[in-house]
Amino acid sequence: MTTVDRTMPEPVVAPSSAQQEPFLVVEDLTVQFPTHDGLVQAVTDLSYAVELGETLGIVGESGSGKSVSSMAVLGLHDAKRSRLEGSIRVAGQEIIGASKSTLRRLRGNDVAMIFQDPLTALHPFFTVGNQIVEAYRLHNQVSKKAAWNRAIEMLDLVGIPEPQRRVNDYLHQFSGGMRQRAMIAMALVNNPKLLIADEPTTALDVTVQAQILDLVQTMQKEFGSAVIIITHDLGVIAELADDVLVMYAGRAVEHGPTKEVLTHPEMPYTWGLLGSVADVVSDTSKPLIPIPGTPPSLLNPPSGCPFHPRCTYQDHVEGSRCVSELPLLRPGPRGESHLKRCHIKDPETLYQEELKEEIMG
Amino acid sequence: MSEHVQTSNGHTPLLEVTDLVKHFPVKSTGVVRRTIGQVQALDGVSFTLEKGQALGLVGESGCGKTTTGRVITRLYDPTSGSMKFEGTEIGQLSGRQMMPYRREIQLIFQDPYSSLNPRHTVGKIVGTPLEVHNIVPKKQMIPKVQELLEVVGLNPEHYNRYPSEFSGGQRQRIGIARALALRPKLIVADEPVSALDVSIQAQVINLLQDLQREFGIAFLFIAHDLAIVRHFCPEVAVMYLGKIVEIGSRDQIYNTPHHPYTQALLSASPDVKQAAIGGRRERIRLEGDVPSPINPPSGCRFRTRCWKAQDVCAEKEPPLYEVGGRNVACHFAEPLQVVQVPVVSEGATAVSPT
Repeated sequence: MTTVDRTMPEPVVAPSSAQQEPFLVVEDLTVQFPTHDGLVQAVTDLSYAVELGETLGIVGESGSGKSVSSMAVLGLHDAKRSRLEGSIRVAGQEIIGASKSTLRRLRGNDVAMIFQDPLTALHPFFTVGNQIVEAYRLHNQVSKKAAWNRAIEMLDLVGIPEPQRRVNDYLHQFSGGMRQRAMIAMALVNNPKLLIADEPTTALDVTVQAQILDLVQTMQKEFGSAVIIITHDLGVIAELADDVLVMYAGRAVEHGPTKEVLTHPEMPYTWGLLGSVADVVSDTSKPLIPIPGTPPSLLNPPSGCPFHPRCTYQDHVEGSRCVSELPLLRPGPRGESHLKRCHIKDPETLYQEELKEEIMG
Repeated sequence: MSEHVQTSNGHTPLLEVTDLVKHFPVKSTGVVRRTIGQVQALDGVSFTLEKGQALGLVGESGCGKTTTGRVITRLYDPTSGSMKFEGTEIGQLSGRQMMPYRREIQLIFQDPYSSLNPRHTVGKIVGTPLEVHNIVPKKQMIPKVQELLEVVGLNPEHYNRYPSEFSGGQRQRIGIARALALRPKLIVADEPVSALDVSIQAQVINLLQDLQREFGIAFLFIAHDLAIVRHFCPEVAVMYLGKIVEIGSRDQIYNTPHHPYTQALLSASPDVKQAAIGGRRERIRLEGDVPSPINPPSGCRFRTRCWKAQDVCAEKEPPLYEVGGRNVACHFAEPLQVVQVPVVSEGATAVSPT
């Protein structure tokens, strides 16, 4: 099962790219899947960057392209079944079109991923310790004994009680929260510089979710790694992420520092997301404000702004630009760091005067 | 015993549940499958639900909230305890005797994919309850189904389509139309929105609220999402390992929770609006996982994860005490502000210093 090519000892990180580029740069990423029904445009022209020690939160509904884009960072798309364009650079190393051996040395070492469902991401026939040891020994030339001790150390670090005993357990002997911890231990065993967490807590209860989120944050502080957290839960983003990227129909629709985006949202989709979640403080006599309609099919995305079929603020834009013209991801009135994809001229005034009261309760 | 059930004033609540117990036997492997233990899924749950009201059941997975819903709809038979629907004991009724009550109590399921038969048309799915209970003659079936589809916000012309032609939110609406078909007095909604996207959740919640107002249906609303339950239910019960640990009004539970578990649950649930304004809050961090319901801890079931636990908690099981208007099963029930919580994570110190 371990068929990794170890013949190329030079480091993956090319030292020539030491100029001030963020650790992860995604530029104009487009991912498409040809199918019998047509071309699924899963991600279109997505750009973002993550520095070491920072957390980027990607939020969106199912089918918005948030998982597809981050799987591309690990080079997990089958080249035969998908079309990738644009550029993804991890510490200067181009991912798109990289050789299999390059990707293998990168995966699990510099870039690691935590998946949503540990039951399908971990192997039921091998002990938890076995799987962590495998990940460690692929990238480090150490003895089995040393690797085994490392596995115990990692399980201890992520808070699994009695790690010496538990390391010999199989997956089914772990509870849901412990499985997720084991997967985090496996992802962190090589001290990755970039950790991608794809819905790490969606399957978990809130008290366990709190434990896991704390754990991810502690690990990040300890190793100074960059973290991308993908979720549909704005609450998780608000508590964890430095920057937030809102995706809709395969495109970024709003991007900026978390607090800025959540307190001064400038895109009707973000308004809709904020208005449609219940919370534990606001007035319960007011109904929630849902977003009408359903997310569009990516086989045949809408013309113009992808959100226009569900947007209730089109009358704030002159003519029918929303239908005919795709808005660019541009800085809004509140500064260069806050980008939004919307034709509305003065969303800040509209939000503060008409919507804030209604949405924030 | 149930201290909060009040029937002495001659008034009959819609549903009155007293000391409801449901144990599932655990069988040994082999030819002679002896019972070697009991999963104590429900262990003495009591509550009342008034006509047209909504009671929320919250708790983590395995706490028995779904089992409660399934026992009340008689998908499971209770092991012991009583369930009175409009004064009639329905816990021990036979299938035939139960028939008229099945009309009154309907269920909405969590997963809109597995709860609809993919080979039946929407018309068949929504029409089956009407057929089984002989509500309308066959000829009037289609208009009646179309009326129901319209009520839940679907196109009535779509009665001939199959579930696969609908999105998740629309499928959930089909499930709701099916539950409404018999004009029930009580709907048990088991995680009705947790499988849906955030923007669709609000649509379905608003629909359920409109229906509740229009038809005066009582809801037993089961969910793990505290915010949704708060929004929907004026009364909330918090469950832990087969027992109700705190039950009271929305404000009592959410503003001044008294049980340590309720406090932990509330502080653990991320809240976008609070976080957006104030950044990350301090939260109570519970250690470990929920114990096994096959062999629950002695005394108070929460004591293994509780920071207030003392010797008495292991010896004596706390009954539901009435504290500050609500009922709470804790020897040391008090509002959070008064106590010093030792296990608070400051920013990010989740890993216990072992």
